[in-house]
Amino acid sequence: MDAILLQFLNGLDKGSAYALIALGLTLIFGTLGVVNFAHGALFMIGAFCSVTLQRILTLSSETLSETEKDFLGNPLKIKTPYVENWFGPEVGGAIIDWAVPLAILLAIPVMLLIGFIMERGLIKHFYKRPHADQILVTFGLAIVLQEVIKYFYGANPIPTPAPSAFVGSFDFGPLLGLDTSLAYPYWRLVYFGFSALIIGAVFAFLQFTTFGMVVRAGMADRETVGLLGIDIDRRFTIMFGIAAAVAGLAGVMYAPINSPNYHMGMDFLVLSFVVVVVGGMGSLPGAVLAGFMLGILESLASMNEVKNILPGIDQIIIYVVAIIILLTRPRGLMGRKGVMEE
Amino acid sequence: MFGLQKNDTRLLIFVAFLAMAAPFLLNPFPVDSAMAQFNAGYPDLMQRFVIFGIFAIGFNLLFGLTGYLSFGHAAFLGLGSYGAVWMFKLLSMNIIPAILLSIIVAGLFALVIGFISLRRSGIYFSILTLAFAQMMFAIAYSDLIGRFVGTPITNGETGLQLALDDPRILGVSATPDGSIPLTNLFGMDMRSVAELEVGGWLFTFSFGYYVCAVLMLLSFYLAIRIFRSPFGLMLRAVKSNQQRMNYTGLNKRPYTLAVFVISGMYAGLAGGLMASMDPLAGAERMQWTASGEVVLMTILGGAGTLIGPVLGAGFIKYFENIFAKINDNVLHSWFSFMPDGIEDMMVAIIHPFVGKGWHLTLGLLFMLVVIFLPGGLVEGGQRIGKMFKRQQPQDDSPDASKTPAE
Repeated sequence: MDAILLQFLNGLDKGSAYALIALGLTLIFGTLGVVNFAHGALFMIGAFCSVTLQRILTLSSETLSETEKDFLGNPLKIKTPYVENWFGPEVGGAIIDWAVPLAILLAIPVMLLIGFIMERGLIKHFYKRPHADQILVTFGLAIVLQEVIKYFYGANPIPTPAPSAFVGSFDFGPLLGLDTSLAYPYWRLVYFGFSALIIGAVFAFLQFTTFGMVVRAGMADRETVGLLGIDIDRRFTIMFGIAAAVAGLAGVMYAPINSPNYHMGMDFLVLSFVVVVVGGMGSLPGAVLAGFMLGILESLASMNEVKNILPGIDQIIIYVVAIIILLTRPRGLMGRKGVMEE
Repeated sequence: MFGLQKNDTRLLIFVAFLAMAAPFLLNPFPVDSAMAQFNAGYPDLMQRFVIFGIFAIGFNLLFGLTGYLSFGHAAFLGLGSYGAVWMFKLLSMNIIPAILLSIIVAGLFALVIGFISLRRSGIYFSILTLAFAQMMFAIAYSDLIGRFVGTPITNGETGLQLALDDPRILGVSATPDGSIPLTNLFGMDMRSVAELEVGGWLFTFSFGYYVCAVLMLLSFYLAIRIFRSPFGLMLRAVKSNQQRMNYTGLNKRPYTLAVFVISGMYAGLAGGLMASMDPLAGAERMQWTASGEVVLMTILGGAGTLIGPVLGAGFIKYFENIFAKINDNVLHSWFSFMPDGIEDMMVAIIHPFVGKGWHLTLGLLFMLVVIFLPGGLVEGGQRIGKMFKRQQPQDDSPDASKTPAE
């Protein structure tokens, strides 16, 4: 029972990542009708925003130490980050320590900008072209983005630690009245909370603002909204930026869980597409639901008890579930009628 | 000739010439010259050209004709490899039964996967094939079936290899000197090579390459026949307007399923050949990035054209093997005639696009092709051809071999 609970919790953060990426994909798909194979690359760029900020903050000046000497008697070189020089060691150290959460501030403008440029520069020209072309061109873009990141950051994963305040695990056991301990890393809790916040914010934005209302109307019937004299294209560009930002934020906070590397986007892309299709193309709640469902299923399937009965099931459970769902419910769990059905 | 129209025959003969003369054509530079690294005439690479050519021709039958974009075709390639290696392990080192088995295995799997995936079209089809392929990759990678049966089937991440204690009913387990026998075609060793030295040039003729090339020509011929058949016409109808097809009362399922299986068998043949040239099979051949590669090849060359996929396959494999070798030293030697500062700048500019960064060039090129040349390199060639032809009086019959299927 405890093990199941623990795997359930483990699944939550994987599910959060899936859900956030799938949410962005669905936003783009639902508003613009574009299949964005570069979405995984946006997630990756988000993660590298963390890396970048960490690198910027740890830029250091070298000074010769007056007190410490090496064994030959020469003064030691000491690196002090500029941030520590400016704000003093305590505040500066804390800023460096909090690089990952701070990267959110960097990631939002960067991702919005990338989203706008992508939509205006490339995607705009592909609205009228077949879905196959959209898949292909964004697939090409994904390769390019991936290679650019590889060129600047190298091919190895770059460890990006979470703030030291979140190092360690939270013990669920006593809280739930269980004797055994259920250790669960703090950062994963933070990630889950963060993604819940983002998902909530996106839904609230679409549900309660005029802008969101117009966008929802545009998702339902683009032409009519355009006829009402609303510049729907501009709003859709902004939606693309927001979707890119959602993917980027998912990546920023994911960096401490898995060290960012240049192909993490492609790794997540396939799964997030499966998530979108299972949830139902064009359905935002469906994407979130399917994201969490598949993430948790994957975790549960990786339990030793399950693996002893069905070895290797953790690798394929998502695909098996996806195939079964697609065959029994062709529109996915919550898909709308008429979306993507030739 | 061969039941083909005139210009198709011409195309076939042209491709046959390219394939047969490849050891000469791909070796334009003398061995010792500075340009020798652009020579692609070594057997390994030539085999890859034609094997991936077969793979891309098969993929093009599905995507080019019917417009169904499969993102999981590498699975059939991998299955073909596994099938062939098992035949080598159990039966004999002759490549004929191995290739037959690989085609059959890939065909059977394509039948099942196609039957399920083809219920949906468009993006759903792409995702379904992707999901199936990833599932099979995971199964092969963790040797799931092998663990159930109790004996390795795909041998997990190590990959399936030949061993000295393989039974090989129709052959010997080991050669007299105690090594694993080589793959052969009725005694002719796949690795056997004849070399010809003319002046500074060294031409290598590999038996294995010619086996692959002949099979590629056969598959190319078959592809032309399919393109020109009523069946091919029906497939184009599926691509152009499915609704109209439905209204005329035609059921498209048997046609799409048939072409899915055929293209799966092509992929199986390619996989079988790959294993025949180098008898091992690994799961990484089935990963979805490998499927993406064949998509790149077909689109880059020109989907829906006959020659496009072959060109695309050759192009990408050439890039991968030759451009990836260009490093900073080579670049410096190229620009050494310039003043030092400019030399370093040129090297710095070009550096990200060659060597390890060749994927970047490939990605950019691919995007440019999708954006500006939907017909791929073939269309690019046609446009250039038209620029020169404009003055001359043209006959109005469109070049059927090169116009994309619509």
